[in-house]
Parts: sequence; C-alpha cells; structure tokens
Amino acid sequence: MSKVIRGVVFVVDDNIDTDQIIPAEYLTLVPSKPDEYEKLGSYAMVGLPDRYGKFIAAGEIKTSYPIIIAGENFGCGSSREHAPIALGACGVKVVVAQSYARIFFRNCAATGELYPWESIERLCEEFETGQEVSVDFDRNQIINHTLGKVYDLKPIGEVGPVIDAGGIFAYARQTGMISR
Amino acid sequence: MGMTLTEKILAKASRRSVVQPGENIWVDVDVLMTHDVCGPGTIGVFKREFGADAKVWDSEKIVLIPDHYIFTADERANRNVDILRDFAKEQGIKYFYDISDRADFKANPDYKGVCHIALAQEGHTRPGEVLFGTDSHTCNAGAFGQFATGIGNTDAGFIMGTGKLLIKVPATMRFVLNGEMPDYLLAKDLILQIIGDISVAGATYRTMEFAGETIQNLTMEERMTLCNMAIEAGGKNGTIAADQTTFDYVQARTNKPFEAVYTDPDAQFYSDRAYDVSQLEPVVAQPHSPDNRALARECRDVKIDRVYIGSCTGGKTEDFIHAARILKGHNVKVPTYLVPATQKVYEDLFTQKYEGQTLSEIFLASGCIEPAAPSCAACLGGPKDTFGRMNTPEVCVSTTNRNFPGRMGEKTAQIYLASPYTAAASALTGYVTDPREFLS
Ligand code: SF4
Repeated sequence: MSKVIRGVVFVVDDNIDTDQIIPAEYLTLVPSKPDEYEKLGSYAMVGLPDRYGKFIAAGEIKTSYPIIIAGENFGCGSSREHAPIALGACGVKVVVAQSYARIFFRNCAATGELYPWESIERLCEEFETGQEVSVDFDRNQIINHTLGKVYDLKPIGEVGPVIDAGGIFAYARQTGMISR
Repeated sequence: MGMTLTEKILAKASRRSVVQPGENIWVDVDVLMTHDVCGPGTIGVFKREFGADAKVWDSEKIVLIPDHYIFTADERANRNVDILRDFAKEQGIKYFYDISDRADFKANPDYKGVCHIALAQEGHTRPGEVLFGTDSHTCNAGAFGQFATGIGNTDAGFIMGTGKLLIKVPATMRFVLNGEMPDYLLAKDLILQIIGDISVAGATYRTMEFAGETIQNLTMEERMTLCNMAIEAGGKNGTIAADQTTFDYVQARTNKPFEAVYTDPDAQFYSDRAYDVSQLEPVVAQPHSPDNRALARECRDVKIDRVYIGSCTGGKTEDFIHAARILKGHNVKVPTYLVPATQKVYEDLFTQKYEGQTLSEIFLASGCIEPAAPSCAACLGGPKDTFGRMNTPEVCVSTTNRNFPGRMGEKTAQIYLASPYTAAASALTGYVTDPREFLS
C-alpha cells in the first residue's frame, strides 16, 4: 500500500515552542471532549509571531496547510498534548522538521494525530509557505512540486506503525500489549 | 560495564539487571502526577480507553494537584478543577490537593499550589523512584536522585489504567561543577550558563546528571532549580545523586521507604563537561529563548517595565530569601510581582526572617506588590485576568523558566530570565542589573 500525502506547506523556523503552537490561555479546552477538540484546533499556531502570516484563515476552523515545514527543535517547551492535538484537529497531517523536542515527538505518536518526519536538509530555508509538496512514505522523500525538487527524509522508524494504528492505545491492542 | 543513576533506576523499574541507552523498556511507575490543565484530558483518555467504570491502577500512587488556572473567573478553568474533584472522589484518590474556595485560598487547608514544589514538600519525591507527570517541569524531582519526566495526556491515561509506560532509556550527559560558589551566584545562574552552552536542544532525548562538590553543597531547593530547567535544554530528565541533604529533606516529609542508587565509577556518559563555578558571573537569558545567554552586566542599558518573582523555578522560599537580601532597605523602581509557589512558601513569607524582618515586611517596605495567592499565575500567561500576566508589549525580568514569544501572555512582550538576585537588583534600578551592584 503506497502512501503519499500531498498539500500546501506552511513554513516556520527553529524552536517553535508549544506556546506558539497553542497559547496557554486555550489550555482550558479539554482535548478528549469532541467539541473542545475542534475548538482547540481553531487556535492552532495563533501564538506565532505575525511575520509568518495566518495559519488558519479568519472565520475558519481548519487550516489549508496540511503540511508544516520547520527547522530545529519543533515543539519544544511544555509537555502539553494540546499541541499535536491542535495541529491534528485543524487538519495538519504531517510535520517535516529538522529535529523535534522529545515530548512533542512522543505525543505525536501517543495520540496518533500526525506524522513527525525529520528532514536531512534545512528545508525551512528552501521552502516557502504556499508551495505544493508531497510526502512519500514509501520512499522516505518529500517532493516540492513548485521547485521541482526531491529531498530525502530520515526514515520515520518505530513511530510510523503506532501512528498508522491511531496512537498507542490502538497500537497496544493491535499488537496484544493490552487486551480489549 | 557500569550504569548511570538513571539507567539503574530504569533497570530496577523494568525488573532487569541491565539497561542500555536507546533500549525501549516497560517501566513500573511509582507516582503519576497530573494537574488541572492536563488532568481532565488524561481522565478523558483513561475513561475512553478503559471504560466509564474503570478503576485506576493504584489510588495511592496518583497525585492530583490543581495549580495552573485557579484564581480566575474563567468558567472552563474552574470546571476543570471540578473534574479533578469528581474523579478523586469517584476513585478514592488519596492525594488530591483541592481548592474549592477561590476567594480565600487560605480557607483551603489542602490546597498547595505549584505541583512540582508541592510534590517535594508533601514527600512524593523519593530517591530511586520513577515519577511521571503531565507537565514538562516534572524533571524538577530529579533533584532527589529519582527518574522524573514529563509526558502527555495519552501516556498518562495509559499509566492510570496500567501503572506502566513504554520508554526509551536516555543516554546521560554529565555536568561536573566544582569550585566555591561565589556569594552573588545562584543555581539559576548555573543552569542558564549550561543551557547557553549546549542550547535549548542540547540535551534532547538525554539525561542531564549534575555532580561535583558545588552540587553537594547546594540546598534541596537550589538543586531543584537546576533539575527543573533540564527541559529547557531539551533534556528528558535531570538527576543529582541523593545524599544526606536529600535524606534529611525527604525523611522530614514522608516515612515511605526508598532506596537510593548511584552512578557507577565506570558508567558511560554521552558527554562529560566540567565547570569551575568560581569563574562564573550572573547571567540572564534574553528574549526569546532560554539559551540566549548574556552576562547581566552586559544588559545594563535594557530598560524594564516590571519584575516577576515566582513559579516552580524561582518562587520557592529560598528564592524569596535571596530576593529579600537584595531588596532590604531599598525601593523598587518598577512594579514587582511576587508569587509564592505554594501555600507553604506563602506562609514562610510571613514567618521567615531576614536580618530581623519578615520577608513580607521587607518586600512591602521596598514597594513590591503584595504577595499573590500561590499558583502558576503568569509564568505561563494563562487566562487574561491572571495575576501578573503580560497583557501589553512590556519588558520583564523574571525568575521563571521560559521566555519564548507569548510565554507570559502577550507575544511581543520581552522576558529576561534571571536569578532571584538579578531580578531583585533589576527591580531596584529599573534596568537589567548585576546583583553585585547591591552586594558590596
Ligand atoms: S510554575 Fe510555570 S513552569 Fe512551573 S508548573 Fe507552573 S506553569 Fe509550569
């Protein structure tokens, strides 16, 4: 089964922390409640400095950027699972960063909300917001259709199957680690 | 081959004789802590996955600490504390530090305040144990020679039901600090120095182990300040070997047995760095990153609008004693906010004396704003009506731990992270100030 995710990218640089992904004032929203999950998504990335432009258009609750390109240490800061969840809830499928903060990476897998791919090159300086790309899961590649260039990614490794399953609970059941 | 303190704890918790960095292992959890921001979501995951009638794995090993958004009119924030209360009752959770009367926190004898400091003060941090918390600064407890780290709601929900978690064994970076601590330095300077050296991603996926004679001479509260900010270097956990200082602190607060473990002489380190602390100077982390280090004296022309002394990093009793030492007999030039981490710290402000005066007398005489109710308050911004929150693009010197854009509210506000000495000295001049100006 081949898997390719295609869409328009939103580009940010290094050390995008969880306060920028979902500012603390929205943490009163409880992600396990479906209506609050959706609302959380509508605030994704509102903490970013204005120079990045809007991640979610005014009046919308979903983003038109299913793929985020980032530099080093994406998701640093707090352990709030609200961060990957807000991104997943507003329609992000994939982040391609040079590196991740540990807890954010872990929470992506635990929740199954999105795929944290790692790039080899510093894509955040080559790519621009609005470009059309594809992430090819079988070839470990990202293709920038606007630039007409292909870049290798690091294999997603052991978290891939966990996210495919839909998070650690689904995975633990599939593999018999927990019953029911 | 020898093992580090962290590897030994994880080996024991996974019932193996040896573990190695990079291995994925299931560990038994000694304590799971959650608070009002992540508790309701954790409970939601637990119920969704284990069933509406499910019981937690151990009602005495889960600690619920409301602390983040307490003194606010925000309805959802208040509801979240109610969710914790209902859950504690339903499950018979032994350690729930409730607050029901928000108008007067003192009317709530069970209420503690900031979770990491409350955990320590209530005897939940013990050498050799495994502690997970739904908060990144859970690494604070590494000061007690235990394995402690932050996790998300889903992992916490898993632990609630099973008492176990699958984790990767981190490699250990050792930081050996020797030399006599100069009178003007605090643990906050040491950790800002280290983070400035290795960057905010310098310890990602790793343990930061602090050792050396300087560390042995630190109090428990100063050790906590060091380990608290391991996460600001990306670290999975921080550790300091337990010693008599640790045992005295822990045994005064709990009679639960524990077993301390120690790094073997032939343990392998990912890296090993040495510092002579006698050569260090007071530092700050400039906006907008905890690794953007500068000497405090190099920032003397940075005009500031306010000072904030609080949080799990810089709102403990000793942090206020240090601030009082600088402030005594002087007047602050900018609004100075004081937020004790816990109810115990709050009480200490009115009972502990520095040179004949209580801390609160010193603060009020110098023109500080009256100490607020204990909580996380503006350390993480929070709802708009949060005490001390940055609602305009001002400049603040703060004893907290993070200064990414928007951390304390307004995203264009500028936060300088500093020690309580440096924060207090800056309050007195209205500029970022090296405390040596007031310590002659
Ligand atoms: S005081 Fe600040 S850093 Fe500490 S737990 Fe509260 S919000 Fe987090």
